[in-house]
Amino acid sequence: MTARFGAFGGITIGLILLLLGVAVAFSVGRFPISIGDLVLALWSKLLGQPSGLPPAVEAVIFNIRGPRVLAAILCGAALAVAGAAFQGLFRNPLVSPDILGASSGAALGAILGIFFSLGVFAIQALAFAGGLVAVALVYLIGSSIRSGDVVLVLVLTGVVIGSLLGAGVGLLKYLADPYNQLPAMTFWLLGSLSGTDRNDLLPLFGPIGFGTVVLLALRWRMNVMSLPEEEAQALGVSTGPLRLAIVAAATLVTAASVAAAGIIGWVGLIVPHMARFLVGPEFGRLVPTAALLGGGYLLLIDTLARSASQVEIPLGILTAVIGTPVFIWLLVSARKSWS
Amino acid sequence: MTLAAQDLSFGYPGRTIGAGVSVTVACGEALALLGPNGGGKTTLLKTMLGLLKPHAGMVTLDGLALTDMSVSERARRIGYVPQAHAGAFAFAVRDVVLMGRTVHQGLFASPTQADRSIVESKLDELGIAHLADRPYTMISGGERQLVLIARALAQEPRYIVLDEPTASLDFGNQGKVMRQINALTTKGLGVLFTTHDPNQAMRYADRVALLGDGRLVAEGAPTDVLDATALSDLYKGNVFVVQQRDIKAFLPG
Repeated sequence: MTARFGAFGGITIGLILLLLGVAVAFSVGRFPISIGDLVLALWSKLLGQPSGLPPAVEAVIFNIRGPRVLAAILCGAALAVAGAAFQGLFRNPLVSPDILGASSGAALGAILGIFFSLGVFAIQALAFAGGLVAVALVYLIGSSIRSGDVVLVLVLTGVVIGSLLGAGVGLLKYLADPYNQLPAMTFWLLGSLSGTDRNDLLPLFGPIGFGTVVLLALRWRMNVMSLPEEEAQALGVSTGPLRLAIVAAATLVTAASVAAAGIIGWVGLIVPHMARFLVGPEFGRLVPTAALLGGGYLLLIDTLARSASQVEIPLGILTAVIGTPVFIWLLVSARKSWS
Repeated sequence: MTLAAQDLSFGYPGRTIGAGVSVTVACGEALALLGPNGGGKTTLLKTMLGLLKPHAGMVTLDGLALTDMSVSERARRIGYVPQAHAGAFAFAVRDVVLMGRTVHQGLFASPTQADRSIVESKLDELGIAHLADRPYTMISGGERQLVLIARALAQEPRYIVLDEPTASLDFGNQGKVMRQINALTTKGLGVLFTTHDPNQAMRYADRVALLGDGRLVAEGAPTDVLDATALSDLYKGNVFVVQQRDIKAFLPG
């Protein structure tokens, strides 16, 4: 089967998962919020009327849990959309959004920020910039090497630069103050949304919204870009500029998510597979489905991360623990959706 | 109305594979490029598609230099049918053929109703309408080749260029695919295809160009060009000729 559901079916399933995630996320935690209270608070806010709810409930909804829920949805959607874009571009279903070094670059930026004891905002800005610079570097080096297979050269350059940046991270961890800085670095590298507040949402939403809209607009060209280079050109597509646009949009989205939440693996690898399993590989259907599924998926994982035990479990650990069996299940049952 | 190579040197960057080749494909006729493996057929083909830059000489498309045209100007005139491959993702056959409409669409556009009806008519034309909803990865090699021909036709080009269209196809599928290619010339398309099978050139081409070691050895009507001497020189081996009524066939010796 190419597609079990059409675009409408895929988006409906994604929305159901997302709404389920929102309901669970608000009703679980040290201060549970019922669905009724949530709807009432949002509705009153929309109309500008007092809701009559206790101020503590409103504070949890609008200042604490709400921003975190939105951030989880945005990051999950971003990673899933970027993963789908990179998998198509590199014609390989085993590619993740950090294939060109976005995560390693962001990691080095953030670790530098922690090493120099900068503020939270500066650390996030450095991580965002680090992700963009790393991918730009990989792209410049990769495309200046004249060889037959542009895509393969890019991937290999990404691996090489990624490991160099990893060495930088290792060096800074080695030199860091083991009592104050090292734990913060380790925690950042494992991914978390625990410190998220309202101020984090705009820097997250801006790049992710923009990048996703660009990828959605290019959906039909992205289908053609998943063909071998020469075929895409013979079909009338200027592959060079288009590849740059797709890489830029997907990197923007990835870097914003990594800067806010740290390194969260697996989501960008697995969710596009789930989406392809539902709606097939056509990007017009795949991108919106992957975005909704990714948002719901990371939201459920983040809810688990903050409620499963007394201390928060890092997101990267949960996504790996949950991602591995899910991926193996996909390999067994859905092989046909991508092979 | 011709697609022509004029005194063309071709190859990959830094490596010239062939030189001094002049061949012409006119609308309404099929030209076969025949030669041994490694003789430069595919490289010449890619140069005539504009995918590789000429090292010397030029390729002209309806009188204009191919190198002066944009990627999309070329794609409106020439359709390319690569050797059938499985592909990385399980696109539906219909979507694969729809990709042929890309050159007629805006950068941010999706296929229109008109695009879709062109696709349906091409699927019908090649007798693969029943495959439209099947995943491209799960049909046979012969069917994939027909899908790729339908995709090239959906570009609505004047010329179709095919790289070994029957490589890795079984006996029955070879005939099926070659008959479809033959039918294209009667619709006024110019067809250029590579093959290493002299019988295919004999049976399905209006003209044949023999390519050995990157040089044009002979060019003309199949019945004039193809004989035991020319083929045994080209392939450096013995060739037997079997003749029955007006059908001539070659067997490797």
